[in-house]
Amino acid sequence: MKIIVCVKQVPDTSGKVAVNPDGTLNRASMQTITNPDDMNAVEAALKLKDAAGCKVIVVTMGPPPAAGMLRELMAMGADEGVLVSAREFGGSDTYATSQILAAAIDTIGVEKGDIVMCGRQAIDGDTAQVGPQIAEKLGLPQVTYAADIQKDGENITVKRMLEDGYMTIKVQTPCLLTCIKELNNPRYMSIGGIYATYSKPLETFDYEKLKDHRLIDAATIGLKGSPTNIFKSFTPPQKGAGMMLEGDGKETCEQLAGILAKKHII
Amino acid sequence: MSNFNSADIAAFKDVWVFCEQREGKLMPTDFELISKGRDLANELGVNVCGLLLGGKGIEAAAKELGGYGADKVYVCEDEKLAVYNTDAYAKVICDVIEELKPEAFLIGATNIGRDLAPRCAARLHTGLCADCTHLDIDVANYIQFLRESSTLDVDGQKWDMEDRNLKMTRPAFGGHLMATIICPRFRPCMATVRPGVMKKNAFDQAKAAACVIEKPAFTLSDADIHTEVTEVVKAAKKLVDLIGADFIVSVGRGISKDVEGGIKLAEELAAELGGVVGGSRATIDSGWLSADHQVGQTGKTVHPKVYIALGISGAIQHKAGMQDSECIIAVNKNDTAPIFEIADYGICGDLFKVTPMLTEAIRAAKAAK
Ligand SMILES: Cc1cc2nc3c(=O)[nH]c(=O)nc-3n(C[C@H](O)[C@H](O)[C@H](O)COP(=O)(O)OP(=O)(O)OC[C@H]3O[C@@H](n4cnc5c(N)ncnc54)[C@H](O)[C@@H]3O)c2cc1C
Ligand SMILES: Nc1ncnc2c1ncn2[C@@H]1O[C@H](COP(=O)(O)O)[C@@H](O)[C@H]1O
Repeated sequence: MKIIVCVKQVPDTSGKVAVNPDGTLNRASMQTITNPDDMNAVEAALKLKDAAGCKVIVVTMGPPPAAGMLRELMAMGADEGVLVSAREFGGSDTYATSQILAAAIDTIGVEKGDIVMCGRQAIDGDTAQVGPQIAEKLGLPQVTYAADIQKDGENITVKRMLEDGYMTIKVQTPCLLTCIKELNNPRYMSIGGIYATYSKPLETFDYEKLKDHRLIDAATIGLKGSPTNIFKSFTPPQKGAGMMLEGDGKETCEQLAGILAKKHII
Repeated sequence: MSNFNSADIAAFKDVWVFCEQREGKLMPTDFELISKGRDLANELGVNVCGLLLGGKGIEAAAKELGGYGADKVYVCEDEKLAVYNTDAYAKVICDVIEELKPEAFLIGATNIGRDLAPRCAARLHTGLCADCTHLDIDVANYIQFLRESSTLDVDGQKWDMEDRNLKMTRPAFGGHLMATIICPRFRPCMATVRPGVMKKNAFDQAKAAACVIEKPAFTLSDADIHTEVTEVVKAAKKLVDLIGADFIVSVGRGISKDVEGGIKLAEELAAELGGVVGGSRATIDSGWLSADHQVGQTGKTVHPKVYIALGISGAIQHKAGMQDSECIIAVNKNDTAPIFEIADYGICGDLFKVTPMLTEAIRAAKAAK
């Protein structure tokens, strides 16, 4: 049994974000982090490994420096890393990305008993589309929004969150799960893990390696193959600041209530 | 791969809305999206149709969609469709779409919609834009939207006024950027749409009565389904209805020195206004409020009449969910908190001191009316 986890390196959008004059993101000025939900997916995989003993393979598509993130995940306990990286893959939307990742996962091989895991969504695009689209391309059943995962034999039972409760879903393997932060608290790298990481295999899948796969076609990958295009991008205008009231006492509150009453808001 | 079914653009027409039901009841997003779909269909000169899947008897719920603007509702009934199941829904929807060919397909960005839509888009070989907050067909309307909602120099740009693509706008990078996405080469154009963002039309009984129900043929067998839903559990507590609320009093990390006391003050103010309590992500992550209270990028988008932010700094991800409120009031003890940049009225002070006085002043002002 093995678990393949898809992990993305993303710009850290929690701090200050610089935007270029043309409305694109100034990526050079930003720190990159491992996508938070993907950390939960890695942790879920490592937990299953701790319990049942299996191989955990982390896969990312991105520029060559993303290999550093894979080393860190291997220092947490993942066994192998695969970096999917080629100029031809650049500019892919979620459809094209899932096409390429599905080809990479299929090249690694998915068998009975295996699980593919993704984060629910990546914080750069917040689309939550890549996981289900990989599942479709590989013909695997999917369960999204996993908040608890139990393995019994070749089946998996997942607690799938809804806005107003949850569903319990039984799914056959192989399957694809997308993970949310409620699932667990990701572990840290261990000292032993850091020592071990450089002796673990890290392979690069370039265009040459994947180009003959049935899912890889100039018409379905990269910028040209993406069904969606960006028509315009822009920064939202700030709503203008209103009125700062004087003081913080009773009169100030009465003044505010008076304004709301006069405007028929209350 | 020009042999994709979806590449024959001229063969596709009508705007479709996936109408989600849970336990046989339609979801609020269905009415919001039918209403928005009505506008888009008018701009295109086509019909807006609902697509409703469910168990036996779900047809009875369909006519109501007409009251919000649906010309027609396609109903697919099967006991295997009673409870949402990715495999079963994706099979039926993709088969029906390949047969009947809508040019646009809108889906509510609920936990179910965001599971279903990408699966269908991948199967149909078409583009999908996630979690949209704005949709346009007519370029003139889109330009007007940009004038109001962007800093772009729209007059300095060239526009193709005949462009009939669906223009799907959404926030990206945690709300720092907005992007408008198009899907020019394939059909249907698919979008999931944030709950609460589109305004629903007033219900029209005559239109509901005139709505056409059609039952397209489909096949679905147990072999198509690889998952089994063994239970559906509703949250024990009643969830807070942030999206429908006219008044929201939200608390942030500013309540940390007395969490229970702070929440109580917010509840009292909300009760006086006839509203509900919300929270920043910090309050949800700390376990002070349950997840259904969260406002913002990963929480809910709200536009109440009045949004009162107590002890919330106003991070961009929080603003993304509340900056379109009609009136924003902020109480924060730090006069440089970013929330004041978008507040209509700001009070710089301690929320524990200000909130009870504000509740009292509002009570008095209402009594004096
Ligand atoms: C991918 C991503 C998604 C996110 N999504 C969301 C989201 O959906 N919603 C969301 O809210 N956040 C979201 N965030 C988090 C967001 O960036 C902020 O961390 C969060 O909104 C901060 O919450 P806060 O304002 O309550 O806390 P803080 O930023 O800590 O602010 C507390 C404020 O309270 C004030 N204060 C303290 N004591 C008092 C007092 N006694 N009286 C008055 N004022 C007081 C302080 O001056 C301060 O301004 C997201 C972040 C990321 C990275
Ligand atoms: N370039 C990528 N490399 C590896 N995994 C990815 C990549 N893009 C998306 N994913 C996976 O798909 C999930 C959803 O991403 P998204 O659809 O972009 O929100 C992420 O949490 C990852 O698990």
